[in-house]
Amino acid sequence: MKSAYLYYPGCTLETTAVEYHRATRALFGRLEVDLVEIDDWTCCGASAAEASSPLLALCLAARNLALAEAQASSSDILVPCSACYLNLRRVAVNTAQLQRVNTVLAKEQLQLAAPPAVRHLLDILSRDVGAARIADQIGRPLDGLKVAAYYGCQCLRPYPVFDDPERPTSMASLIQATGAEVFPWEMGARCCGAAHLTTKRSVGLKLVAEILVAARGADLVTTVCPMCQLNLEAYQGAVSRAVGQDLAIPVLYLPQLLGLAMGLDGEAVGLPLNLALSEALMMRLNGAVAG
Amino acid sequence: MMTRSATIGSVSTGHLSRMRTAVQACIQCGTCTGSCPNAFAMDRTPRQLWRLLLLGEMVEIFHSQTFILCSACYLCTLRCPRGLPLTELMAGLKAEAAKRGIGCHRSSSLFYDSFLANVRRHGRVREMALMTRYFTRLGRLGPPLANMGLGRRLMRKGKLKPSWPQKSSAKLDQLFACVAALEAEADGARES
Ligand code: SF4
Ligand code: SF4
Repeated sequence: MKSAYLYYPGCTLETTAVEYHRATRALFGRLEVDLVEIDDWTCCGASAAEASSPLLALCLAARNLALAEAQASSSDILVPCSACYLNLRRVAVNTAQLQRVNTVLAKEQLQLAAPPAVRHLLDILSRDVGAARIADQIGRPLDGLKVAAYYGCQCLRPYPVFDDPERPTSMASLIQATGAEVFPWEMGARCCGAAHLTTKRSVGLKLVAEILVAARGADLVTTVCPMCQLNLEAYQGAVSRAVGQDLAIPVLYLPQLLGLAMGLDGEAVGLPLNLALSEALMMRLNGAVAG
Repeated sequence: MMTRSATIGSVSTGHLSRMRTAVQACIQCGTCTGSCPNAFAMDRTPRQLWRLLLLGEMVEIFHSQTFILCSACYLCTLRCPRGLPLTELMAGLKAEAAKRGIGCHRSSSLFYDSFLANVRRHGRVREMALMTRYFTRLGRLGPPLANMGLGRRLMRKGKLKPSWPQKSSAKLDQLFACVAALEAEADGARES
């Protein structure tokens, strides 16, 4: 296993997903793996750039890859946000535009020649770290908890690099390593509605509702993307009112779940910042560490 | 119809013609529609949209909600038996609609626009500034009210700050300007 990765947190990990940032750092710290933030990184373009200009989308993402290449071309880049991951990975695939991209980057004395590999956090956790290493370090076993693994879209589509893009399973062994059970459902790779919750709210709420209804019976949902996380946790009240059922359920980022199981405390993985937690889960977590 | 078509442009040149060529191999099987999580809300299904594109019916396309309702889940792209780049084409249509300032897509175009202005200026997204700008320019009270509760919750958690400290020293202004110049050049070359 590698002992260091370059790290591209992306904009949301500084604001709405700051707990994801904290938990990722804490978890990899515990695993004794260094995460080296790319100096002076900027926005990857999100989904707005592609909906405005394909070349702009490529250049915004490419700038970060060029910075990474200059910093440490032999390290892989760990990316926790699925949208950032897709945007950064697209640059490596889109060689037809490379010359134009480099013309733009040259204004800043940057260049893309052999950029580091772009890898999703879940890819690194499931294939480089592996469930066995997590299982070895469990300090707070989560036995009896039923966890619904939610992958969302863009960590596996359009680039199915590390798992099946329709029925992904890469989180399963990691969840089982904590002692918890994997909740059986078919919604793992469903769309959370992405930016619809801002621009087309009623459509977005319908997609969120279907996922939360299917999650009934699980104790919590885990995610690996800030957009999925926010959509699944922030609209639980509105969705519950709309469908006339109580759909409240805790939603945790995967590194939070793994970190807690490895004995890190709630503060260390940013748990107080989550929007959807339950008393039952908090008692369960506190009880597990005491016992 | 004349004036509507005039602002929308013809499918025989430029980006629209390249998009039409890209769906030439569509066999109208409907897999894209069957896969789309947003199809229930669309006035034209994705399959119908690709048919309209093949026929060059740009007015119909730009007045439909279909491409605006694409949330880029990539399921259609993954499953299309002809391997067509459908999600990319949906994004391409968003970009073309924004460029033409087509009224019924104003709120989505404004969001993308506000987002990019924010990134150009700050290097990284400053969400408070973004949302304020978007909803102010939108000039409607409904959406901000619907999102206000969430904004307050995020602020209480310290996740949104009225003024987020600028961490990046990057000069994205130059990058945006250079891209715009390259694109203007390419558009010019295509038209002549
Ligand atoms: S899935 Fe592909 S081939 Fe089938 S209708 Fe859609 S675009 Fe055409
Ligand atoms: S990528 Fe867009 S059009 Fe295709 S299935 Fe997903 S939401 Fe529908």
